[in-house]
Amino acid sequence: MKPTTLSHSPWLRLLLRRLFQLVALALLVGTVCFFMARALPGDMATRIAAGRYGYDLVSNAAADAVRAELGLDRPVGLALLHWWGDIARFHLGVSLVTGAAVWAEIAHALGRTLLLSAVALAIGAGLGLPLGIWSGLHAGGWVDRVVLVMAVALRALPSFLLAVLLMVGVAVRLGALPVAGGDAAGSVLLPALTLGLGLAAGLARVTRGALHEVARSPSYEFARTKGLSDRQALVHHGLRQAAVPVVTYLGLQAVFLIEGALVVETLFAWPGIGHELVHAVFGRDVPMIQGAALCMGLLFVLFNLGVDAICLALDPRRRAGGAR
Amino acid sequence: MDDHIDHIDHIAPIVPTAAGPVTRRAALGLSLAAAGAAVLAPPPSRAQAARAPLRIVGPWEIAGLAPASSGHVFTRLQIAETLMDAHDDGTPLPGLAARWRVSDDGLAWRFELRPGARFHDGTAVTADAVARCLRAARTPPALLSQAPIVAIEPDDGAGIVTIRLATPHDGLPSLLAHSSTLVLAPSSYAADGGVRAIVGSGPYRAVVVEPPQRVATVVFEGWDGPRPAIERVEYLCASRPETRALMAESGQADLAYGLDPVSLARLRRRGRVRIAAVTLPRTVIVKVNAGLKQLADVRVRRALSLSIDRAGIARALLRDPDLAATQLFPPTLAGWHYPALAPLTHDPAAAARLLTEAGWHAGADGLLDPNGQPLRLALRTFVDRPELPVIATALQAQWREAGIAVRVAIGNSGDVPIGHRDGSLQLALAARNYATVPDPTGTLAQDFGPKGGDWGAMGWHDDGLTRALDELRRGRPTPERAAVLRERVAAALQEGLPVIPVAWYRQQVALGDRIDGVSLDPLERSYRLTRMRWRA
Repeated sequence: MKPTTLSHSPWLRLLLRRLFQLVALALLVGTVCFFMARALPGDMATRIAAGRYGYDLVSNAAADAVRAELGLDRPVGLALLHWWGDIARFHLGVSLVTGAAVWAEIAHALGRTLLLSAVALAIGAGLGLPLGIWSGLHAGGWVDRVVLVMAVALRALPSFLLAVLLMVGVAVRLGALPVAGGDAAGSVLLPALTLGLGLAAGLARVTRGALHEVARSPSYEFARTKGLSDRQALVHHGLRQAAVPVVTYLGLQAVFLIEGALVVETLFAWPGIGHELVHAVFGRDVPMIQGAALCMGLLFVLFNLGVDAICLALDPRRRAGGAR
Repeated sequence: MDDHIDHIDHIAPIVPTAAGPVTRRAALGLSLAAAGAAVLAPPPSRAQAARAPLRIVGPWEIAGLAPASSGHVFTRLQIAETLMDAHDDGTPLPGLAARWRVSDDGLAWRFELRPGARFHDGTAVTADAVARCLRAARTPPALLSQAPIVAIEPDDGAGIVTIRLATPHDGLPSLLAHSSTLVLAPSSYAADGGVRAIVGSGPYRAVVVEPPQRVATVVFEGWDGPRPAIERVEYLCASRPETRALMAESGQADLAYGLDPVSLARLRRRGRVRIAAVTLPRTVIVKVNAGLKQLADVRVRRALSLSIDRAGIARALLRDPDLAATQLFPPTLAGWHYPALAPLTHDPAAAARLLTEAGWHAGADGLLDPNGQPLRLALRTFVDRPELPVIATALQAQWREAGIAVRVAIGNSGDVPIGHRDGSLQLALAARNYATVPDPTGTLAQDFGPKGGDWGAMGWHDDGLTRALDELRRGRPTPERAAVLRERVAAALQEGLPVIPVAWYRQQVALGDRIDGVSLDPLERSYRLTRMRWRA
């Protein structure tokens, strides 16, 4: 085997590519967010004052005071340069509405969202993978058909409808779990179930497809010819082959879980990053909007890096210098 | 599909047990299943060793710790107190100040602090601490700056705070009952003057403050009044009204504020939770630019008002027929609501007559003035209160039947003050709370003064009304004279219609079955936790 030099190592290439993407994304998201926040309709100072004190008490005098305090009259070019400087020094600033450090608020909220996503992922994988594997190996059987119907029904159901159905059925009728909130024991389960059921539906179908391919592939046939039983062939050879598309799908869905859980977070009063971002947009809290968008963009790149790394580890063909 | 025993030997060691060989894989699978079941199993329902805390859920967020922005959260939970309290009808009650006196010339107010009052960190409530909080409450934009305060003089030894004014101001006790003037201990403040902890003097002390969502409190042992029956209280902010209704229904919340009409109808039908209601001093109004030549004629404004089917809006949109406004002030503002005033009605025929008298005649496509120009107006509103855009649509339809073309523009709450300032506002639909401070005089003077106000009159003023408000604020009238003045104000607003009232508001709260003794505060200053008790 030829020795891998620095420029040929697939791991290093992957890392360098993602690092470059990270820097470019930070700049791009930061700048676009900056302009979009300023393009929002209505006067920013009045909106911020309304967010702080309630719109009842906001008059022109109050808005003027806020405008003076926050220097919102600065020319756009100067503000943009300041913002680029802040990004470079990792200064995310202070929230215009609450006055707390943006970094601390985002870390707290993102932590809650990551917890919710992790539990949702566990539920989705726990339900979707076994069902998908069984359906894939026994394609056309009754399990396969039932899973197909359930998957279509679940994917067609909007997340807010599923959320309300679960709230009414599980929390109100059965009293088994708390309806909403972020602090009570078990309060993560209902929102995670809402997200996880949709994920399980899609995952079951993707896994079914991958396993079906594997079960018909020549390598699987060869393993059986070698003398391995069905189960041994599946576990030692089939799963690894099927894992690549499943991992890619899971990676994408994980990002959607984190960044798209907004509706579920609002309904269940789960104090996550989606909830924070919407409030920041309503309140014209520009540092929060920019900070949250930046963090979510970086998270996206990191996730892609993780998925790529796992796929690289799973699939030896990618490691052999792109001979695919 | 049976396993080949020899092959398995190389991969998984067999653990011999009494029941038979168990492979490592099986053992791993079993332990994973057990772990999964433990994670996913529902938690044990609330352990009742100590009674679970009283849970309140509402739409109000905790936006930081500053009194000006989130003071209302802490006064409602009775963690911090204000110098003065207020009756339901707005008359002042003692709060942190046990007694108060005003000098003969009305320029010096003396407030004597309650002798037994203590902060939650154990220190006594001193006049210095109170004066510091009041001075901080005057930083703009401040409600307290409505009063012409010259100096705030604490007398620590005697526990007295004296406030000196430039001109007499009868509404000072009311201003001192507003949550932005709440009193915190000196240890609540950081070195830079910002608030870093909430150390108040109320019957409950804060244990957990997690902006924006959660506050948990426990009874303060050093409280100098009777000990409350409820030991622990938790407040949670949930932004969707449907979520709040479901939390009340499932028993997760004992008090659920801010319910939407549809959820209320559902809760009433199912009958599992009780609903308590109180009318709030808030009115949905249409702010009119009376400076516009189309709207300058009072007959046109009155015609606009006569075309509104308030009973229909209240019944269909707000699901509560009693909320149709007959005048600007709802019955809950007892001193200002006059049943004797001729009520606002729905009379399209009278409206048509008035418009004809004002010079508008019916054209093919609506009303036209003598020059053939149609009557077209723009109505601004915003979504901060979800019923406003719906009411705006109803108004648009009702005015169209009268021949007036109105375009609805849904934007930001900031559009209204800005439109007032630059004169571009024509009509605006808003909800105005006249008792943000228990005595409405200050708010009315702001809204209907000689130059009008951001949320009040625009291009309209009434000298009689201005004089009456002035005398109420500065003239120190006797109660009988004050009643006469207030009636004059109410009548002037009903006649001139600088703002057209549409509907009132009712606070509807779902009550769980664990508590008794709930009384709702129409001024929304307190949850009145000290009056509640557990149902046996």
